[in-house]
Amino acid sequence: MPFSRRLAPYLLVLPGGLWLAVFFVVPVAMMASLSLQTGNLIDGFRQTFHWQNYTDGLGTYGDTFVRSLWYGLLATILCIALAYPAAYWIAFRAGRRKSSYLLLLLIPYFVSFVLRTVAWKLVLTDNGPVLGPLRDHGIVPSDFHVLDTTTAVVAGLTYTYLPFMVLPVYVALERLDPRLIEAAHDLHADRTAAFARVVLPLSLPGVFAGVVMTFVPASADYVNAEILGGPRNTMIGNVIQAQYFDDGAYPVASALSFTLMAILLAGIFLYARALGTRGILDTPTP
Amino acid sequence: MTSPQAPAVELAGVAKTYRSGTTAVRGLDLTVHEGEFFSLLGPSGCGKTTTLRLIAGFEEPTAGEVRLHGTRVTGVPAHRRDVNTVFQSYALFPHLSVFENVAFGLRRRRVPRGEIAARVGAMLETVELTGLERRRPRELSGGQQQRVALARALVNRPRALLLDEPLGALDLRLRQAMQVSLKRIQREVGLTFVYVTHDQGEALTMSDRIAVLNDGRIEQVGTPREVYERPATRFAASFVGTSNLLAGEVAEVAAGRAVVVHGADGRIEVPVRGAVARGRRLELAVRPEKISLGRARPGGGLCGVRGTVTEVVYLGTATNYNVTTSAGADVVVFRQNAASADEVAARGDEVWLSWEPDHSYALETAR
Repeated sequence: MPFSRRLAPYLLVLPGGLWLAVFFVVPVAMMASLSLQTGNLIDGFRQTFHWQNYTDGLGTYGDTFVRSLWYGLLATILCIALAYPAAYWIAFRAGRRKSSYLLLLLIPYFVSFVLRTVAWKLVLTDNGPVLGPLRDHGIVPSDFHVLDTTTAVVAGLTYTYLPFMVLPVYVALERLDPRLIEAAHDLHADRTAAFARVVLPLSLPGVFAGVVMTFVPASADYVNAEILGGPRNTMIGNVIQAQYFDDGAYPVASALSFTLMAILLAGIFLYARALGTRGILDTPTP
Repeated sequence: MTSPQAPAVELAGVAKTYRSGTTAVRGLDLTVHEGEFFSLLGPSGCGKTTTLRLIAGFEEPTAGEVRLHGTRVTGVPAHRRDVNTVFQSYALFPHLSVFENVAFGLRRRRVPRGEIAARVGAMLETVELTGLERRRPRELSGGQQQRVALARALVNRPRALLLDEPLGALDLRLRQAMQVSLKRIQREVGLTFVYVTHDQGEALTMSDRIAVLNDGRIEQVGTPREVYERPATRFAASFVGTSNLLAGEVAEVAAGRAVVVHGADGRIEVPVRGAVARGRRLELAVRPEKISLGRARPGGGLCGVRGTVTEVVYLGTATNYNVTTSAGADVVVFRQNAASADEVAARGDEVWLSWEPDHSYALETAR
């Protein structure tokens, strides 16, 4: 029937649309409103369009914003460095065992990431199984720490978001027609040139997707800084979390959340513009 | 200077067995001359593509050696071999423009910029793609992509061009047009072409010489005329063109010809090489267009076999008569409708098939 056929797309989109409306659009709208209110938990909040929540937030926590983005960037770069060779090896050298190796890589991520991060803390603590013996034998100085350092937080972030880089890069490389590499060799490209001129450019869309999927959550993460970091490693996620749950400063927390969202969106937008839509849309086809 | 008969590509005892245990090529000996259009013809899985890949350097032989212009290249990586390939799927770089695709090989060889621009421009003109330099491969038609692939290989001026079924993906009309222009380009640049195809028509039209491959072995090497008119083996006879296979006992041998008795009254003369024992069973073949149909037993030293017409198929320019011989062999007779389109026999008619003894050829059975 033409009527039901015209209706069908809307019916199909309805469940997902409703879900998004109820659990995304409504909360975001509420938060937007909250971010412009004043008051406290005891007296209640009133809509006062108090834009100072934003300027105050940015003024007070500017350095935390910068640190969050810096950590996110470092973690993203480390993720590329670790994920690309692994994805390359699985896509081109693993033969029939591709899925097995991919699964091996992902198995740790079946464990809750809070639990994994706590496990890191247990392993890397000052007198733990790694640092304890090293200190006892004088291999590292007795005041050597791993926890409470930038290194620990960035390493934790890298570890947490690694699969989000591996998977898109793997997909891009796996879809690459190996005959293109043969064609490159045939046209007098040695292995380095074949990689630089053919494999790398054709896998960039995967790297781009990986960067977005790693950088955004890594910059907004608070668990790694909370568990592995110290007072000097606070990320904006920790601030928002503390404002909400410890101080009950809902308007300031909401304003900080929106500021972070705006910064990340702007970053992604500029990044996409710089790379060009061609880079994103040009995926290798056989 | 290289003489016309100088070897461009030589394979000596080349064999390839994959790690999986499948043998693709079993001891090939082959010489492709300088400037020759040489075809490797055979069905899928006959080893023709593997042979090409061995020459290109994508595979290394498990035995034997490959020589380019007399220099052994076995073990030399593909990017250092002075040959270029036109791939079956074209394998154009999707992220590069037409110009950059064609310039790829020159850039890798660090040819000066100005020369690259000039050579790519001239090559695109040769393949009639001028004006499309900035397009991406996906924005081109199949025929245009094919020509980019050709230009991308040719622009490097290789010592030999390897083509792996380059016209396979094109429709019939375009394929025929490309056959003509490929041959023209090959003549113009005077380049050695090693051309892999399963299409016997293509091989016959374009090649200077053809190697018929089957199951990793060479069945026959010769000019298109030789391969068609004098197929050496049963496989070559049936794979290249249509052949009517007939068999019978050798009754007598004289002056390089054997007389074979086919059925009760069939008598076929066939040229033979060497000694053929009387009483031996001999298999021979004759092309459909060499056979004439008649009502009476042919005389004058012609071969003659009696049979019954089972089907008459009108083809427009010609008519095919399917005949079952008195010995039970199925034979196709191809008759041009040149003078008249009238049928010379109808279904169920008793007819005599006749042909010149030189048009029947004995087949080497079981190599």
